[in-house]
Formats: sequence, C-alpha cells, structure tokens
Amino acid sequence: MTIKVNGEERELATGTTVAQLLEQLKFTPRNVAVELNRRLLRSDRYETVLKDGDAVEIVTFVGGG
Amino acid sequence: MENLKIGKFEISNRLFVGTGKYGTYEIMQKALDASACQVVTVAVRRERLVDAQGRSLLDFLDLSRYIILPNTAGCFSAEDAIRVAMLGRELLKKQGNAGAGWVKLEVLGDKKTLLPDPVGTLEATRELVKEGFTVLAYTSDDPRSAVRLKEAGAASVMPAGSPIGSGQGILNPLNISLCLELLKEGDARFPVIVDAGVGTASDVTIAMELGADGVLLNTGVAHAKDPVKMAQAMRHALEAGRLSYQAGRIGKKRYATASSPFDGVISYIPGE
Repeated sequence: MTIKVNGEERELATGTTVAQLLEQLKFTPRNVAVELNRRLLRSDRYETVLKDGDAVEIVTFVGGG
Repeated sequence: MENLKIGKFEISNRLFVGTGKYGTYEIMQKALDASACQVVTVAVRRERLVDAQGRSLLDFLDLSRYIILPNTAGCFSAEDAIRVAMLGRELLKKQGNAGAGWVKLEVLGDKKTLLPDPVGTLEATRELVKEGFTVLAYTSDDPRSAVRLKEAGAASVMPAGSPIGSGQGILNPLNISLCLELLKEGDARFPVIVDAGVGTASDVTIAMELGADGVLLNTGVAHAKDPVKMAQAMRHALEAGRLSYQAGRIGKKRYATASSPFDGVISYIPGE
C-alpha cells in the first residue's frame, strides 16, 4: 500500500501500524508528534493500522521564534 | 522583578527568547543562559526522513529549566495554526514540560512581510481557547485588533514592534501604547508582550518603558555578531526598561530647568 509520510509517498506492507512506521524510520516516539489525515494521533493510538492512501505527518521541534 | 502571570503560567523573567537562526546549538545554549530567560520559543516542523544523524534541538534544551512556548510560525490559515498548536502541545506533554497547554499563535498573511492575518488570528484564537489552550496571540500594533483578540479569549496579546526579523525596533510607539492602554483598561494585569522587530537592546528598553509586560525576541540575538553578549545586553535592557517604567519618567519640557540653583550665583546672568 502507498501512504504519504511528511509529503513523500512510501510503500508499506499491508497491516503496518503507526508504531511500526516510527520504528522503521528510527524515530524516538517521545520526540515526535503524529498526525493521521490531518488529525492529531495521540500516542495511545499508535497501534492504529495504516490504510492505503493515508497521509501521516511526523513532526518535532526545531529552533524558532 | 515581580513574576508575570499569563493564564495559569507564572514566569520569573519577562524576556522570552527564540531558538531559531543561531550559528550552532552551543551558541544558542550560551545565549539563552546569558539572557536569563525562563521561556523559550520553538517551532514545529516535519521530522527529517533522510538525515538520521542530524542533531535535534531537543538534545540542547534543558527542559527542566525552561518553559517551552511552541509557536505556529509558518501557518497562513487558522486551520493549519490549530493543527500545529495541537501537535506542539502533544510533543510537550510527551516531554513532560510545563509549556504543554500554551501556544504563541501566529497566523500570517504572506511570506514576504510575515505580517499577521487579523481575521485568521481571531478565528484561531477562538478555536484554540475552546480546545483549552492558553493563547498568546501575535498581532500587528493595531489597537482594535488587539482588543478583539483579548475579547476572543487570548490570555496575552503580543503586538509587533515591527516586522518579524526586521530589526527595525518599535516603529509606532503610539500604537503600542494605545494597545497597552486599551488592553489594560480596568484590567491592569492583562499581560501584553511586545513581540518581533527587536534589533538591539534599546528597543527592548523602549518597549518596557511604554509599559509592556515583557518582550519576545529571536533574530536580534541570534544574528548579532556576538549573540551571547547581545543576550546579556537584552537582559539588562529589559530590566532597565521595567524599572524605568515603574519609576515614572519626568515630563518633557520645551526649555531647560537648571539642576543647580541660581540662588547665590556670583556670575553675570544674560538678560537679568
């Protein structure tokens, strides 16, 4: 299935969860926040299974004013 | 200096310093330290998918020392600003930082001027207040916009001295003082922070002398030749301005008034 991660299309195995995606990308869950289809996904819902066409945003803090 | 209260947040230092645009994270750390600030602002951005060894801002911020104020910089609609505010709050909850729950709201009009969009800012303020946020609303120095944001539930209104990162200082002191007057009418403790445009230490002093409760800055420090020294200057400028405001300045007079008495002079005085 194809999902969009931070604006880039990626092929993922069917059944991949958000938690597994974070692991594949080597992101520390504590240091990121996740949006699924433009809605905040709290960490207690990272076991959500991704579907074809989903859009995921994974963000962190950067320097800013 | 007495503490500043913004909603449920109580702050011991009135200088808010940004974390953007420093040459290195190490310089940023030293500058934040020299500024003596307690509140630091950060932005929310996509995590990089490629550069895995890239260092993270979070590794360089002592989260037990600072209250993090996440912004919605880069948002040009109320909808996007709300999304970013939610993500920022979630990140701070995970980090266990006291800043989870407040936001520096920016809804901008265009990339060139970075001036705030008043309608979008107002819409986002209403929505974020409903979502339980303590909203610090970045706005222009227009007094009526400032009042509207307060009415919409903003916990603090943050008028700009001049455009973000422009270093032009306080371009319209009259408007800033009108913002202060209208926002504080019958509500002297309502916090007003001058945000954006600070180029040098005297700009901070001017803002504080006008009666602002604090100043938020970033580029003025980060892009100074010596950011650490400038951070120190900003710290003292803020204190000087606050003390000067509290002390109450003298009125401006057209003519001189002698500091030494004329009684008893032995000299010839022209015209007498």
